Amino acid sequence: MTEVTLDRIMSAAPFAGLTKPASAALKEQIGLGLSAPGRAISNRRARVIWAGQRMWLVAADVALDGLAAVTDQSDAWAILRIEGPGVVDVLARLVPIDLRADHFKGGHTARTMLGHMSVGITRVGAQAFEVMAMRSMAATLVHELQSAAENVAAR
Amino acid sequence: MRITCPHCGERDRREFYYQGDAVALARPAPDAGAQAWDDYLHNRDNPAGDTQDLWFHEAGCGAWIVVTRNTVTHAVADTKLAAMVKR
Ligand SMILES: [Zn+2]
Repeated sequence: MTEVTLDRIMSAAPFAGLTKPASAALKEQIGLGLSAPGRAISNRRARVIWAGQRMWLVAADVALDGLAAVTDQSDAWAILRIEGPGVVDVLARLVPIDLRADHFKGGHTARTMLGHMSVGITRVGAQAFEVMAMRSMAATLVHELQSAAENVAAR
Repeated sequence: MRITCPHCGERDRREFYYQGDAVALARPAPDAGAQAWDDYLHNRDNPAGDTQDLWFHEAGCGAWIVVTRNTVTHAVADTKLAAMVKR
């Protein structure tokens, strides 16, 4: 379990009817457009993570004036990378969706719950996930994952 | 109980907040008159059969969803994004 720090996280919420132009403008700036619902994409410069209905998180500095509401959320999120052969079993104790590899593949992302917390979960490898939670919940997130991992290991 | 969010797929009920009858999608015109507004604000049917509710995918994508479900069998027949339903 390791902390992931992104220098910049901007939320981008396209104005009504402007999702396509906002995506095109984003692509010009960072080489990535807005990802499909439930998908996260990346290149060497940036990442785009779907974060809900008409809402994306962009890990880069972007300006979408007139196209989308953009808010700097760089300090708002705590992100943990959790990795290992038992990672799906650990998360299965806390998360009510099926994260197994045949169902939740690389680049898939979901807004869901971890315990009682609202989180975003992205598969970033065959045995690796990133979990994003509100920064005020960081200690709870660590505690929940640690307890679940210990319980899986004790079986 | 599981609800299929049009964005997120089938999800556990605990991810959703229940708002109530989908009557909110049929808001009367400002000049519709006292009777129409009284019905809109206060009167609800209590059907044995199909009903439409508004559910909020609170711990998911944040979408409001119109759920058609049967109060007798508990079967969910249909889910639509409220944003896509013609008002
Ligand atoms: Zn949803």
